This record gives sequence, C-alpha cells and structure tokens, in this order.
Amino acid sequence: MADSKLDLLQGTLDVMVLQTLAALGSQHGYGIARRIEQVSGDEVLLNQGTIYASLVRLQQRGWIAAKWGISDNNRKAKFYSITVRGRARLADDMAYWERLSNVMARVLAIAPEA
Amino acid sequence: MRELFHRLTSFFKKADHDRELDAEVESHIAFAIDEYIRGGMAPEEARRQAMIRFGGREAAKELQRDARSLPFLECLAQDLRYALRTMRREPGFTVFAILIVGLGVGASVTVFSMLNAVLVRPLPFHEPESLVWIANAGSHEGLSGQTLQVLPFLAFKERNRSFSDMAAYFAFYGKGDSKLTIHGEAERLNALPVSQNFFPLLGVQPKLGRSFTAEECKWNAPKAVLLSDGLWKQRFAADPHVVGRRITLDDAAATVVGVLPASFDFGSVFAPGTHMDLYFPFPLTQETDRWGNTIAVVGRLKPGATVASAQAEATILGDRISKEQPNRNGLTPHLSLLKEHVSGKLRPALIVLAFAVGVVMLIVCANLSNLLLARSTTRQKELAIRSALGAGRSRLVRQILTESILLSSCGALLGAVLALAGTQTLSHLTTFSIPLLSDVHLNMGALLFTLVLAVLTGVVFGLAPALQAPKAVNDALKEQHRGSTNSRKHAWIRGALVVSEIVFACVLMVGTGLLLRSFLRVLDVNLGFQPAQAAAMRIDPSARFSTPQQMTGYLSEALRRVREVNGVEAAGVTDALPLGRNRTWFAGAKGVVYKRNEAPLAFVHIVSDGYLKAMGIPLKAGRDFSERDTTATESVIMINETLARRLFSGQNPIGRLMKAGDDKDKHVVGVVSDVRHLGLEQASGPEMYFPIRQTRDYASIDLVVRSKMNINDLGVSVRSVLLPIDPGLPREKFRPLQQIVDQSVSPRRFIVLLLSGFACFALILASLGIYAVISYSVGQRTQEIGIRMALGATPGELQKNVLLQTLSLAAIGLLLGTAASGLLTRTMRGMLFGITPSDPVTFAGMLILLAGVAAAAGYLPARRASRIDPMIALRAE
Repeated sequence: MADSKLDLLQGTLDVMVLQTLAALGSQHGYGIARRIEQVSGDEVLLNQGTIYASLVRLQQRGWIAAKWGISDNNRKAKFYSITVRGRARLADDMAYWERLSNVMARVLAIAPEA
Repeated sequence: MRELFHRLTSFFKKADHDRELDAEVESHIAFAIDEYIRGGMAPEEARRQAMIRFGGREAAKELQRDARSLPFLECLAQDLRYALRTMRREPGFTVFAILIVGLGVGASVTVFSMLNAVLVRPLPFHEPESLVWIANAGSHEGLSGQTLQVLPFLAFKERNRSFSDMAAYFAFYGKGDSKLTIHGEAERLNALPVSQNFFPLLGVQPKLGRSFTAEECKWNAPKAVLLSDGLWKQRFAADPHVVGRRITLDDAAATVVGVLPASFDFGSVFAPGTHMDLYFPFPLTQETDRWGNTIAVVGRLKPGATVASAQAEATILGDRISKEQPNRNGLTPHLSLLKEHVSGKLRPALIVLAFAVGVVMLIVCANLSNLLLARSTTRQKELAIRSALGAGRSRLVRQILTESILLSSCGALLGAVLALAGTQTLSHLTTFSIPLLSDVHLNMGALLFTLVLAVLTGVVFGLAPALQAPKAVNDALKEQHRGSTNSRKHAWIRGALVVSEIVFACVLMVGTGLLLRSFLRVLDVNLGFQPAQAAAMRIDPSARFSTPQQMTGYLSEALRRVREVNGVEAAGVTDALPLGRNRTWFAGAKGVVYKRNEAPLAFVHIVSDGYLKAMGIPLKAGRDFSERDTTATESVIMINETLARRLFSGQNPIGRLMKAGDDKDKHVVGVVSDVRHLGLEQASGPEMYFPIRQTRDYASIDLVVRSKMNINDLGVSVRSVLLPIDPGLPREKFRPLQQIVDQSVSPRRFIVLLLSGFACFALILASLGIYAVISYSVGQRTQEIGIRMALGATPGELQKNVLLQTLSLAAIGLLLGTAASGLLTRTMRGMLFGITPSDPVTFAGMLILLAGVAAAAGYLPARRASRIDPMIALRAE
C-alpha cells in the first residue's frame, strides 16, 4: 500500500519539477525545491531531499539536462534545465492533469440523490 | 530502453555517481544555510533548520540511488559478492562441488556430442537420407562375399527402377597402394579407385577443378587423379593452380583434375581409422569384371522409393541377373541406409555409453544435492541470525539461490570447457576405428540441456533449506537442531540419495565390468600369429620390375638381403596381412563336384617362404614353402586347419590335390594354424596360402620381419639394404603387427576406456557421498556418543555401530543395484564376448569392490567417532 502512494507522489513531483524548470529556466536542486514549497504552501514536499530521486529520473529519461555551474552567491551547484523532449512531455502531462482534474471535479460534484 | 541503458551505466559507475550526489547534497544544504542566515538566523540554528528541511540525508540518497540504478541488480551484486565470500571461506567444499559438476557436465556433453555426430546427424553428403549401401549378401563374411562383380552390377544399375543412380568404389584398396614421386622422392599413399559418378552421386563438389569424365574412366585411359584436401596442402603446398599438373603416380604419368574439399573424408565414413590421399577412376568394364567381386556400391533412391521397396525389387532382379549370367558370381543385393551401414554396428555400444554418462550425471546431481543439503543444515544458524536481524524471507531465499546457482554455474562453466576440450580431442583421434569421429563438434543442445540440469539441481536443493530457514529461527538460535524434525527429514533424504548413488554406481560398474572382461577376453584370443616383435612394411617394387621373372628375382634378392640384416630373425612377404583386406576364392578338393551354393571358399594369402616364421604362425603338418617353389616346379598350396577339416574331413591332407586359383592342380604341402583374419572376435574361416613365386595374382607386397630391434632402426637398416636393388623405393616405416591388432579392437577399447573412466568417477562420487553422510551423522551424534562412552561403551563398539550404519546403507544400495544391473545388462548381450550377461565373476567382483569402498568410506568417520573425548563432547552442550 505504501508503495503505491509513493508512486503517485513521485509522478506528481516529476510534473512539478518539469513545470518549475519550464517557468524558471536553469535552476539548481535547492532552488527547485524552494520554488515548489513556496508555490504549494509547504503542502507537497515533506523533505527537500526527495527531489533528487525525481531529478535523476527525469534526467535519465532525457527530459531535463544537468550541468555544474556557479550560483549568484558564488556557490558551486548542479543546474538543471528542461529539454525540448521535456517540454513535450510537460505538455502531455499538463493535458492529462487538466483532464483528470476536470473529471475529478465533475465526479466530486455529484450530489447525493434525494 | 534509454532509461535501462542509463540505469545500467549508473550501476557500473556507482562510485562516481555517489560522489556527485554527495557534492550536490552538500551544495543544497549550503544554499539552505545561506538563506536562513540571510533571514537572520544564527549559523548553528540555520544549519539545524537546513538539515530538518532536507530530511533524512541517507534516505534521500538511497531513494536517488534506487531511482537511477537497478535495485535488483544491486541486490544481485551484493548476493554474488557474499556468495563468493562464502565460497572462499569453504574452499574444499567449493572446489569439490565445482569439480564434480564440471566433470559430470563435461563427460555428458562430450558423449552426447559424439552420439550426435555418429548416430544422429545426417552424413555429410547431399540429401544423405536417400543414400543406400548396396552389399552382396553372400554366404561368406569376407569382402569378396560382400562386394559386387562389375557386369552384374551394371545390369542391376541399368534395369532397376528404385534408384536414380548408383556409384561404386573398388573395395580391395590397401594401405599405401599408390606411390607418388615428387622430385625423385617417392612416398606411399592411400588411393581409392572410384566410379565416374561417385562424387556427383554423393553431392561432393571438388573445390578446385572437376570430377572425372567418362573418357577418363575407360580401361587404359590416361590416368586422372583427384587430390584430397590434406594431400593438396601437404604435398602441393595448397597450390591453387594444381589442376592440370602432371604428376608421377606408380612410376607413370597422371594428371591432377581436381582437389576435393576438406569436408569430404572418405575414411571417416566408409573406412573408419583410415584416410585417403587421392582418388582415381575405376573403369566399370569387361576387364575389371574379370577380377570377380570387387566393388562396393552406394545408390541414391528415387524420390518416393524406400529401402524396403528397393530391396524387394533388388531381390527379384538379383535373382534374374544371377540366372542370366551363370558364369559370374551371384548377385544377392542387400540394401541398408548408408547411415545405418556406417554407424549401425556401433549403435548399441554408443547407447550404452550414453546411458552410462546419464547415470554419471545422475550421481553428480545426487552428490551435489547431498552436499548442499549437508551445508544447509550447518548454515541454519547463520540464516536464522540474518532473519532475526530483519532480512526478509524472499531476500534470504534469493541469496541462498544465488549461492547455489553460482556454484552450479561455475561447475557448468568448467564442464563446458571440459566438453569443448573433450570434443576437440575426440575429433582428432585417428587411432580409433570409429566412423564420423572427425565430425564431432560441441553440441549446443546437449550443452544447454546439461547446463540446465546442473543449475536446476543447484536451485532445487538450494531452495529447500532456504524455504525452511525463517521457520527454524527459534530452534536454530537455541542450537537444538539435534532432535528437530528438519534434520531427521534431511537425514532420510540424504540416506536415500546415497543409496541411489550406490545403485547407479553399481549398475555402471557391473556394465563396465562385463565389457572390460569381454575386452580382456578379446585380447586373450588366440590370434593364430604372434604380433609381438613382428612388423610389416610395403615393399612393392618399381614398375620396371614387371615380368614374373623380374618380380621373383626382386623378391628373392630382397628377402636374402633383409635376412642378412643384423637382428632380423625371420622375414617373408604376403599380399594380405591379417585384419586387413581379404578376398576369397573357390577352394575345393580335386575330383569333388560341389553344388553352386555349397562351393567351398577360402581366404587367399599369397606368401613367400619365411612368412609363417616371421608371423609366428605355427605349421601343424607338412612343410613351409621354399625358394624352390617356382613356376618350374609343381604347384603347391598350404591350407589352414579349418579348410583341411572342411575338404578332407579327418584324413591326412598332405599330398592331396586341390583346385584353387589357376587351373593347375595344387599339391597340399602344409597345414597351418588358423589365423583370425577378419577380426579378433570372429572365428577363423577357411584359409589357403599360395607361393608368391607361382602366381602373379597379387596387388601388394608387405614385408613381414620378426626382430627384437627398435622398429625405427629396423626400418632404416632394411631400407638401406633394399635401396640398391630398387632405388625408387619410397621412404616408409615399419608398422608393428601389434598396432594392426590394436586398430582392429580400437572401437571396443574406446568404449571400455570411456566406461572405465565413468565407472571410476561414479565409484569415487558414491564413496564420497557415503563418507559425507556418515561423517555428518557422526558429527550430529557427537553428544550422544560422548554419553555412551561416559556410560562405558568401548571405542570398538562405537566403531562397529557407525560401520553398521554405513554397511546397511551400502547393503540396500547393492541389493537394488544388483537387481537393476541384472535387468539392464541383459540388453548388452550382443556386445559381450566370451561371457554371459550374468557373469558371476563380474558381479561378485564389482559388488565386493563397491562394498569395500563403502566400508572404507564409512571407516574414517567411524574411527573419528571412537576417538571422541566424552569430556569435551559433553561440555560442548
């Protein structure tokens, strides 16, 4: 049971990471994690560390690219950016999520009869 | 796909990726600290907060590792490393297990590969399943009885409707029939005369040049020659332009018309243990018809025809042709598939071999199971601890499985290597007369099958303890497996395994024993001649010795000179050495009229004086030939005892007249002992000897010399005295007669050698199995034995106790084994020689041997049991 929950979270996190990179451009792991926290109001990420599993998975699938670089405050960090294939994937995922949330909204809107 | 690739790479670059991840996590935390400090937090607190936000650092890393790599593979690598460590920790067990599996797999795969080549795989010809061997089912066993005469053959070939074509070769070829002279250096080669369509019929294409033309196959046509691949490479330096080259063959000019492919090996198929160097045309004409039965025939069935239908037609046709040509030898065609003719005789022996190797493999599996079971019991504690520390059941099973599969795979790998070496060795054996041996290759099917078998054994018997492991946690940790049902069940299984090992070993040993005794009986056969210290060499003179006078002169001079060589005790010549080619002629007493089908036939030997002495053939009555038996004196003949009995039943044959060979009456001057001419296992037939100075009807001359000299020195000396009379004499070596005898028993020797190897292996494995089981049970009973000793049991009693346990296992095994052997060896009747399948000596001998080995294997642990110190044993509790 625990496994399937994690799977769902993983998939969700992947989309979030892709969208964040699509919006912000090149960003390091901490930056991505912070951004997601800010946007979601600390509801999604329990631990910032979990983002690295998502990052390496996306990278292996060729949806994001990584490069070591220097940050604004002069720290060495690994910078991630979304690839062309990643953007295509993100578009697909967004369409899927939209459909799913529409369906969910309609289903949840069913009122109890009588 | 891409992801899998990445995951795989990251599996192999684990260290790099881990370092990079560490750096990334460090930088992440540094960013977080920076931000908290900017927010006004104290550095200490900032660091703490950053850590909290990040969460479990190792957990995050592990998560990332799982995501990027293959967790399954990681586990496997871990298990493998652990398994290797375990194997290293128990080198004795590991080496032994790998060795037995390796030997078992190696032996089985080698034998099955050989079986595949010899029995299963089609012959290396075009559409071999329609090739039929056409022999003459003559009343006589010799070659003359089995070959066909040219004109009846041609009539048969012309008129039958079953065969699309028939080809023939001259069956009376001999070793070293042809003399090839290159740059004045002469060499004897093996040459085969074949009919024009011989190669086309088999579907053999010369790789250079062409096959023979009809023109080249006429009587007295200019000689054309096809070279074998081997000769082309050795003597013609693989010259690509050799076609059309003129060579000197038998002191006459001949033209090379082609080179045959290396894949064609006449000897391997038609005459195992020999090899052919070259081929020339055999004319199927009136002239060769006069030679009598000389040709061996291969036919190709028309589509739709079967051996049975062709046989039915051939029988009728043969009868008709025999009646139409009353002056020629009868034609009674006997057809069989060529493959059947080539390997049919060896089939039972090879099947026994396959059975034996199967039994060996079973023993190997039983032994491996036994080993794994024994080990698993000792490892239960380890497994229990690991399980208590949180190892999941599936994880434990996986690890145990990895270990046993690794072990059996190592063994299987060793086996594959051994099998490769084994098949290589077999295919290069030339001294064994076994057909198609040169075609033996590693058979992938057999290899896969045995590998799977070995690995499966590992899996099944590795799995059993692994599945029980977690249940046994409590027991195992309490170290009380002494009385647990588990170990009792194991003891039962292991006992059964050992008994089955003994049964298998018993069957194998009895079978081997029977064949070994048969082999010894064969070697013990009275050959009729003394092969020791005798050797033979072809000394056919050059073509310039052509008239009978010249030949006689040459032979007399040659014999005189050879006998003068120091160390030569006797010398003579013959046209047919025993166990070589044979031909039969009519041999009747003068004045007796025989019916056509009852005419006595006898093997023909054309020999000189001194031949009997050189061969060591005892003269039973009368006299040997002498130099004075020439064309100028009365025609004489010597006969063997069998022919003497046949023709003159009991009366003194000396001085009687015979009709044999040419038209002249032959005076019987001597009676000699029977010689096993066809083979060691076949009784001698009637034989007769003609003086070489009174006939010209011989195709070869073998010099036989009896001498205690080293065979090479003898060759040099003899050649040096012969060269002055014939400078064209090829360089050649003496062949010891023993070698000829060995060659003739080589298939039997081959089978017996392999079987003895298997039987020894089985015996060793069975004894080790007994040893392992008994010493394990002694180990388990240490405390019990200690108590018994403390209560006054003597070491002798304890020893007897343990030995009895061994012997009871052995007794059950032997009882079952004897029964099984009794049933199985009955099928071997046809392969035995001089003994019955229930030969009591063999059975008793093998049983005593096995019982003795079992007792010895049980004795060591018994002795150990009797030396247990009761104080130590009891304190161990």
